[in-house]
Amino acid sequence: MERTILETLNRARAARRAAVTISDLTGGVRVHLEGDDCPEPWRLAVTSALQSGRAGIVETEQGAFFLNVYVPPPRILVIGAVHISQALARMAPVAGFDMTIIDPRTAFATPERFAEVELIAEWPEDALKERPLDRFTALVAVTHDPKIDDGPIRAALAAGCFYVGALGSRKTHATRVERLRQAGVSDAEIARIRAPIGLDIGAASPAEIAVAILAEIIEALRRRDTGQIQGAIA
Amino acid sequence: MLEAANVLDPLEIAEAWLKEGRRVAIATVIETWGSAPRPVGSHLVIDGNGNFQGSVSGGCVEGAVITEAADVIASGAAKILDFGVADETAWRVGLSCGGRIRVLVERVDG
Repeated sequence: MERTILETLNRARAARRAAVTISDLTGGVRVHLEGDDCPEPWRLAVTSALQSGRAGIVETEQGAFFLNVYVPPPRILVIGAVHISQALARMAPVAGFDMTIIDPRTAFATPERFAEVELIAEWPEDALKERPLDRFTALVAVTHDPKIDDGPIRAALAAGCFYVGALGSRKTHATRVERLRQAGVSDAEIARIRAPIGLDIGAASPAEIAVAILAEIIEALRRRDTGQIQGAIA
Repeated sequence: MLEAANVLDPLEIAEAWLKEGRRVAIATVIETWGSAPRPVGSHLVIDGNGNFQGSVSGGCVEGAVITEAADVIASGAAKILDFGVADETAWRVGLSCGGRIRVLVERVDG
């Protein structure tokens, strides 16, 4: 392996960008970063590796190659320290997600209600400066309050978060869509918002809604588009 | 600048070692069969003096990998190593868990 390959790989990992290395098993290694155009014959194998996160041997006409996958740990960022978030905070770590909750309302954001995960009692705009959104972050906006939810929803769409979900009825969402349009968000971006939030499993209680949200997040992660993205690593 | 590297991240350690002028080999689990202690893709990094970080098993075969890594660092030629069930009568290292693993050892050049 060339030293420059190792350095590129480490830089991508530090920037929370997914990468695949392709080894010819004799010391020749190349690295492919998610979002970069992937040449044939690797396109299918690299896409599959990025989506599954699984490393392994790939047989080709040129012989056997080893594909290793480096995917940043996914995280869930929840806007709103509400009842649904309490249930989600218990489930998300079990499913392998880091989770952070942001809510400026200190009556909601109490450590007693959220012992399991990171809790930040600040406005999202301030809290997000410290922890930038990225493609391996799922944003879940559940305060029902446009003053709190709308800003991080727009930030998540701009950052290419693999999941952006917002709580609210179809009517609530229609007014949200109108506000986002007024603010200049494109229809294509607005279409990425999952609303009503969660897979349609007839969830009724806060815990059931948390299950529906978590399942929708997992689906979005495993079936995400690993093609062209904007921006490169520094 | 080893202090700056994550002590649990073999690839960051490998880069830090290279910056210190050390010679480095990377060992990677490329295939597993049956019960294997570390998943495919796991890394162990070794320097020219036999210092190592990371793992390719639960400590069962690291010694043998480190020995082979010295050859790889000296020659520059990558090696593929196979480890199976421990065979005590033959005094060979192996995996007590009953699985088999294949490990690629390669030098970092440049």
